[in-house]
Amino acid sequence: MGISPHNFRVFLILDAQLLAPSVKRFWVEAPRVAQHWRPGQFVIVRVDIDGERIPLTIVDGNKYEGTICLIVQAVGATTQAINLLEAGDSLTDVVGPLGTPSVIDRLGNVVVIGGGVGTAIAYPVARALHEAGSRVQAIIGGRSREYVILEAELSEVCEKVYPATDDGSYGWPGLVTDVLSDLVKSGGPIDHVFAMGPIPMMRAVAEVTRPGHIKTTVSLNPIMVDGTGMCGGCRVLVAGGTKFACVDGPEFDAHLVDFDILSARNGAYQEFELAQAASCRAAPS
Amino acid sequence: MSPVSRKDRMSLPRTAMPERDPVERAHGFDEVNLGFTTQMAVLEAQRCLLCPRPKCVDGCPVGVRIDEFVRHVAAGDFGAAAATISADNSLPAICGRVCPQEKQCEGACVLTRKDRPIAIGHLERFVADFSRTHRVDRDIPSPEKTGKRVAVVGSGPAGLSCAFDLIRSGHEVTVFEALHELGGVLVYGIPEYRLPKAIVAAEIDRLRELGVEFVTNAPIGLAETLGDLLESFDAVFVGVGAGLPVFLGVPGEHLVGVYSANEFLTRVNLMRAYKSGTATPVHDVKGKRVAVIGGGNTAIDAVRTALRLGAADASIIYRRTDAEMPARHEEIRHAREEGVRFEFLTAPVEFIGGSDGRLQALRIVRMELAPRTGEARPLPVPIAESEVEVPVDVVIVAAGNGPSPLLRKSSPDLTHGARGTVQADPATGRTSMKGVFAGGDIVTGGATVILAMGAGRRAAASIGEYLRSGQWELRATEQTAG
Repeated sequence: MGISPHNFRVFLILDAQLLAPSVKRFWVEAPRVAQHWRPGQFVIVRVDIDGERIPLTIVDGNKYEGTICLIVQAVGATTQAINLLEAGDSLTDVVGPLGTPSVIDRLGNVVVIGGGVGTAIAYPVARALHEAGSRVQAIIGGRSREYVILEAELSEVCEKVYPATDDGSYGWPGLVTDVLSDLVKSGGPIDHVFAMGPIPMMRAVAEVTRPGHIKTTVSLNPIMVDGTGMCGGCRVLVAGGTKFACVDGPEFDAHLVDFDILSARNGAYQEFELAQAASCRAAPS
Repeated sequence: MSPVSRKDRMSLPRTAMPERDPVERAHGFDEVNLGFTTQMAVLEAQRCLLCPRPKCVDGCPVGVRIDEFVRHVAAGDFGAAAATISADNSLPAICGRVCPQEKQCEGACVLTRKDRPIAIGHLERFVADFSRTHRVDRDIPSPEKTGKRVAVVGSGPAGLSCAFDLIRSGHEVTVFEALHELGGVLVYGIPEYRLPKAIVAAEIDRLRELGVEFVTNAPIGLAETLGDLLESFDAVFVGVGAGLPVFLGVPGEHLVGVYSANEFLTRVNLMRAYKSGTATPVHDVKGKRVAVIGGGNTAIDAVRTALRLGAADASIIYRRTDAEMPARHEEIRHAREEGVRFEFLTAPVEFIGGSDGRLQALRIVRMELAPRTGEARPLPVPIAESEVEVPVDVVIVAAGNGPSPLLRKSSPDLTHGARGTVQADPATGRTSMKGVFAGGDIVTGGATVILAMGAGRRAAASIGEYLRSGQWELRATEQTAG
């Protein structure tokens, strides 16, 4: 697409590290975003000139160096293309910061839960809560040991980090919600829970905290196009009203979110994605 | 000038725009209108009656000296015609294609009484295209630099027209755009077959040649605030548009298969989902039933786009009749020719889906019109027990747009109206925040390209006045009318 009026500013990748199988951490030059971002916000990224716009949480940022940290799990064609990039490559577009920042305060006893790559969304919130004087514990889950990410980073800002793995290869053998249930029952009072991860996990966390009315915040990940309130594709039903995750969120009260609708809407392009994956496999590499 | 007498000229037919064949064009995104030839343009311009007090000029929101440019076309001096248009209109190739001329210049033409107004829009388009391809209007004199810097937020019609007037007055101009591509609604909203992206790019390139700086991927309000901009710029113009889609509040609106027109058109236009090799998906509507709700230009754009993507049945569902449709007449005619079906006096009451959360049907109700006093459009009222369920695969809601929400939270000093619009003086664009001007859809709510451009022009004049005098408070009599 040579006709697009574009100011040829590229977003250089300065560092790229594999954190887990198909999960990669990037430090990217994006001075405007680095200058203004706050925890809970995201960027929209395009990998090339014909690329789609996808949202990625800002994991960290350095305003002096003008860089931001993104963690990407290769699930679809675009995230797979991003994860093929190395230091020295660049992204075509990085726009942000977008979304409403997390409400960071001294919230007392906080449990921050990250499921899989959702831990990348949970980490900046945990760190900011810690810096604001909250007492933070973290529960981080993964399919197996190698999928548990950011444990060392979280340990620096949390009083305790509880890993959990589906196959029992590391930490608690089972779900993050098992650990949360234990903490709710016997770990002293909990003032606030944050949960970032797959929809079934966030839904399950909401059910654990609902009986005790523990305030619970989730970060939603609906399909977006522009990320600036323009398309309405990311609309979610919260407390019976339509909200746009890109401008009203992405964080919402877990006890008010309609997870069924979120789940159905996130499957909107399943056929397209399957066809794309099939054609990728068919193509000679 | 033509030797033809005034009386004879009045009886000449209006020159028809050559159009791509409806069957051919309904399956592709190539431009529908093919443009006048030189002969057609001269012939059409020679029909002009050369009114001593031309009403067409009053009908133009940016005040293009239409009589003068049409006279130049009639004389075959297209360079002079281009220069005349450029003096007042920064985006003539765009306006010639998308303005609702029948409500503006052509509506005011005295020949409208004979039902054959001068085809001013087609002539404007001809002059702009001729001037661009033959480069006959490239020498805009460089103004003396003022040393003042102005930030323009939003690269849609309001921002671009404001930037054009500012740069020609010698100010430094930087335009900030939140998306990755410049043009705002001109690129995400209006489809390729009506306004080719290459035309928009060329008009923007012209501004760049004049010295306007463009910054994409810059969501002002979330990155820099207006306050931040005022630290490095002497004034700011806010033209961020009405990009927030309005939903109907009808049950089932969250089902997969229900789109806002903004999302559907953005996927197809901005992200080019209609081309193979681009990564953005859009619902596969090939052989499917697509219903579009609304009667404005956006609704017509969405339904004709669905048709081009292969929909077997593409229909407009509108609660009033064709007489009240706000869309351009040409678009409605084109849509009919291409096979779009119109369901008038019909409104949706529920979207019905399966257990998988996907749309399956639409429950609609028939309406009747209740007359209202004054100039208000008649009120559609549901007819009791007229509800029916119709099977449908995709519904696109084109029920209007609200003001962009990005600036609101970060700009407490900016006074907003009840619906989230920014309050600004209509004559000057001055807002409640010193140094900040606003215009276009962010002030008026969703309107047209040309009205936004008019607001951008008036604001540019007022910005110039403010930068010269430093005076923010103006008495009503001193306000610049543009």
